[in-house]
Amino acid sequence: MSSARSAHILHLGVLGLLFAAFFLLPAYHQGNLARILVLAVYAMGYNLLFGYTGLLSLGHAVFFAAGMYGLGLAMHLGGATPAPAFLAGMIAALLVAGVIGSLALRTVGVAFMIVTLMFAQAGYLTILYFGTYTRGDEGFVIPQTARALWGFDLTDPTNRYFAALILFAVVLLFIGWLVNTSFGRSLIAIRENEERARMLGYDVQRAKWIAVTLSGLLSGMSGAAYALLFGYAGATFASVQYSILPLLWVLLGGAGTTIGPLVGTIFMFYLIDFASEVTSAYMLVAGVAFVLLTLFAPTGIAGELRRRALPWLP
Amino acid sequence: MTKAIDQKPSLTRRKTLKTLGAGALAASVGCYVQAQSSAPIKVGFQVHRTGIGAAYGRWYDRTTQAAVAKINAEGGINGRPLEIVAEDDGTDPKRGAEVVEKFATQHGCDIAFGTLFSHVVFGSSPRAGELKLPYFVVSEGHHVASGKLNRYTLQPGITDVKSQVQAMAPYVAETLGKKVTMIYPDFAFGHDHRDYFSAALEAQGGEVIAKIAIPPTETSFTKYFPKIPRDTEVIYHVMVGPAVLTFVKEMGEFFGPSKPQIFGFIDSLEAVDLSSPGLEFLEDTYFWEGHPRYAQANQTEYDKTYRAAVGVDNNGASISDPKDVSTYAHMFGCWETLHIVKAGMEAADYQGPGDRSKLIEAVEAMTDMPASDAHPQGAKVFNGRTHQVFGHQYISRVEGGKLVLAHTTSIEDTLYEDEVDYTTQSF
Amino acid sequence: MDLGPYLLLASLEGAITASILALTAVGLSLVFGVMRVVNVAHGEFFMLGAVASWFVATYLGTHPAIGFIAALLIAPLLVGALAATADWLVLRRINYDPERTIVATIGLLYILQQGTLMTFGPDARPVEPPFNQRLAIPWPSFEGGFHLTWPWGLGTTSYKLFIIAAAITILFGLWVLMSRTKIGLIMRATQLDRDMAQAFGIPVERVYALVFGLGAGLAALAAVLIVPVQQAHYLMGGDPLLLSFIVVIIGGLGSLPGTVIAAVLIGLSDGIISVFFSPTLAKILATLLVALVLVFRPQGLLGKRIA
Repeated sequence: MSSARSAHILHLGVLGLLFAAFFLLPAYHQGNLARILVLAVYAMGYNLLFGYTGLLSLGHAVFFAAGMYGLGLAMHLGGATPAPAFLAGMIAALLVAGVIGSLALRTVGVAFMIVTLMFAQAGYLTILYFGTYTRGDEGFVIPQTARALWGFDLTDPTNRYFAALILFAVVLLFIGWLVNTSFGRSLIAIRENEERARMLGYDVQRAKWIAVTLSGLLSGMSGAAYALLFGYAGATFASVQYSILPLLWVLLGGAGTTIGPLVGTIFMFYLIDFASEVTSAYMLVAGVAFVLLTLFAPTGIAGELRRRALPWLP
Repeated sequence: MTKAIDQKPSLTRRKTLKTLGAGALAASVGCYVQAQSSAPIKVGFQVHRTGIGAAYGRWYDRTTQAAVAKINAEGGINGRPLEIVAEDDGTDPKRGAEVVEKFATQHGCDIAFGTLFSHVVFGSSPRAGELKLPYFVVSEGHHVASGKLNRYTLQPGITDVKSQVQAMAPYVAETLGKKVTMIYPDFAFGHDHRDYFSAALEAQGGEVIAKIAIPPTETSFTKYFPKIPRDTEVIYHVMVGPAVLTFVKEMGEFFGPSKPQIFGFIDSLEAVDLSSPGLEFLEDTYFWEGHPRYAQANQTEYDKTYRAAVGVDNNGASISDPKDVSTYAHMFGCWETLHIVKAGMEAADYQGPGDRSKLIEAVEAMTDMPASDAHPQGAKVFNGRTHQVFGHQYISRVEGGKLVLAHTTSIEDTLYEDEVDYTTQSF
Repeated sequence: MDLGPYLLLASLEGAITASILALTAVGLSLVFGVMRVVNVAHGEFFMLGAVASWFVATYLGTHPAIGFIAALLIAPLLVGALAATADWLVLRRINYDPERTIVATIGLLYILQQGTLMTFGPDARPVEPPFNQRLAIPWPSFEGGFHLTWPWGLGTTSYKLFIIAAAITILFGLWVLMSRTKIGLIMRATQLDRDMAQAFGIPVERVYALVFGLGAGLAALAAVLIVPVQQAHYLMGGDPLLLSFIVVIIGGLGSLPGTVIAAVLIGLSDGIISVFFSPTLAKILATLLVALVLVFRPQGLLGKRIA
């Protein structure tokens, strides 16, 4: 069996499992999983740039927020319905990512980290600065009545779960397909050795720009979906910690693997959720877990699986 | 996680109450035939244990535990004890929403309650509405009364920023001066101060001559003070977050001996000891207080009882550690909210989650709340249409390093026109 | 306030920011330069310095000056030792892999924050400065003959001036350490070529632990200096981390003089831009300025372009 084929089977298996999970899990975990699936899209977007292209950004929150506010403001101020508002969110993220990408890619390595961090910080402050429209840190609620897509009430737990699952599935299959195209292989070539990729005739700069833009777009879709499904947009989601989170999810789950982002997002959510039931010092537990993971599973959970048991893992 | 009741060594009064209450509870439980009806009423308590709101969260927790102990000692609600299920929201709107969901679907809570920071309220409220979980917030934000939330979100235990701010304008204009410079944080809470105070001051014939919005996370402030116009008669300041003490200190250093009148919201110094080094210059300045931190000459019996129950001394600090200053101007809201929940559940004959809408209707029907052990901060009037309570506001002057009550506003001063009627929304 | 005095005041405030930032960032720059890892917990070492300073001052309970001097000695040593231990236990074992170091130091950040929250509590706690006189600053005026005026609000405190002097002294001391001592030579050799250094018998692992401890100690020292102005709080490490991270990159990776110059530039521009714009807009502009400096000079101010 070819590895592309087994990857395909794996992806469909994961999606089947997630489909079944809805009917097996109690309400609380259904709700959590809906959230996780939306955030995993953010992690997958991040992984495209970090895990596959080897570019470490510290400013992805600005893309997530661009999607969130693109959709949120279109509905809140413009009175748009969810479908065009979602499109507005995607366009906002695409523009922000395109512009930031073209500037930030003049730098490499740590300078790239700082430039993306600074642009994200400027974005966060801009949301506060235009508090008249955005309501700054407090944010705004998208009313329950407005959150219906083509007649489906997205505040209903079943509809919400499957909307999240469909978004997740589309992005997962897209990434699974993308990394096997020649473009996807050129990204991996850049990650492995940028100089050699250039020698081999790849237009490295262009490929990197497409990767940033695409990654920003996926992050923005996650932000827009989050606002739509959970009814809230606020500046907190543009703050530094929301730029660090996808990095953490991807590193914990396994960078450069297709299912790593999902694994990492689930792992971190439940780590905090369980630990906070046991002790109020749950951050301590999370901290120790991170340290242990770096010591004993250096390539993340899915990465470790690939290394030890399943070498075909995409 | 079920929170064990916070043990404080010196609360003999509470221990007595507990013992008495255990007896009363046993007696009242005996009256009920069904075992189910003696099951505890579960209150999901969203608490800022970590993050920027942790200083508030700790005192909200203590006040809540004290209120629960009192209510249970007096026989609980409809003979059933209250049980607090506390979860940290990390002062983060995303986690806040997850916690509300956990209360409803995992813990099976009857209601959710507690949070202070308004972005957490905004983040959580949509989930509470969708899950049809009554959500009693203690946040002092204008979010509830502005109509931006939903029928399941109520704020019956603490007044909102709009009414607080507009009630200050007459006193500021008449007693302190008419030309005001405002310094406030550049986010929604600060913008509410800016907008509502400017309007209210103009109505009093005064004028806000400069508005200085400080970005959050700023840690040094001196560079902004020259933006204060020279002819300022009154400085109006309100800051939140860990840098508040620096802000107040640097303001003192900036003005030196020639300071204008200074009026601040105690939020700028909540949980901060007024005798901290560098705060000497606050002598003779004024503060809004939601509830006077220092026991006043005319202290009510209700305040005395409440103070003792929570474990706060006459200076507003913890009985066990005089350096541990409470968030006295806000935390009474937890105490009063839980008493309103009790009154509402008893009026609605609340039996379980099926009666949630009856509970909300019962609270909406409330109006006058006279000062009492249940309302130690003072009398209040609840507006069922806007889901917001209104009450007296206090203005204190710093005298000899203590806050001394200088003025109490009427409730009428705090009222404004309704911006929403939640009772017309369906459940 | 007139523009002239305002600019002076803003520059003075900027200089204080710059002093603290320079110390913190030089600590990060050392770690970055020698070990080539991003220490996300660097801000937490800064926070621990402030917290340790509060504990020392409170438990000595004597005159603020004695508490301050004690804290100046004890806090950096304690924090440095803690950091060196963390390096030995964790970073050494993951071979200073850049990505794993990020996760490990984020873990360390969580542990330190939560540990502080549980022992020190959530409040912002002040430490009394050893001395603190308010100094009014004169401004020359030429109206009706030359004379000095005392503009309203133009002033600083003796302690704030002391911070600037102390930072300069410490930085000078560090320069002597790096350029004139054997240990400095060893650190520079390790920075230039780790393998070569090892071949020459330099115990690289121990040098790394030393550098990590020294970097954290510098951050703690900066915090001890600033805490009489700013108070200790368990979340205070975020900003120093971001700012010193920026300063290190703007200065040019691994260049200590570059780091100091960048700290001065960023501190001063933060103060001076705030004169001309509304506060939040000033922050946005200052942030974009940093980004654009790097976009057009990716190697930083004093860094060498990597081919």
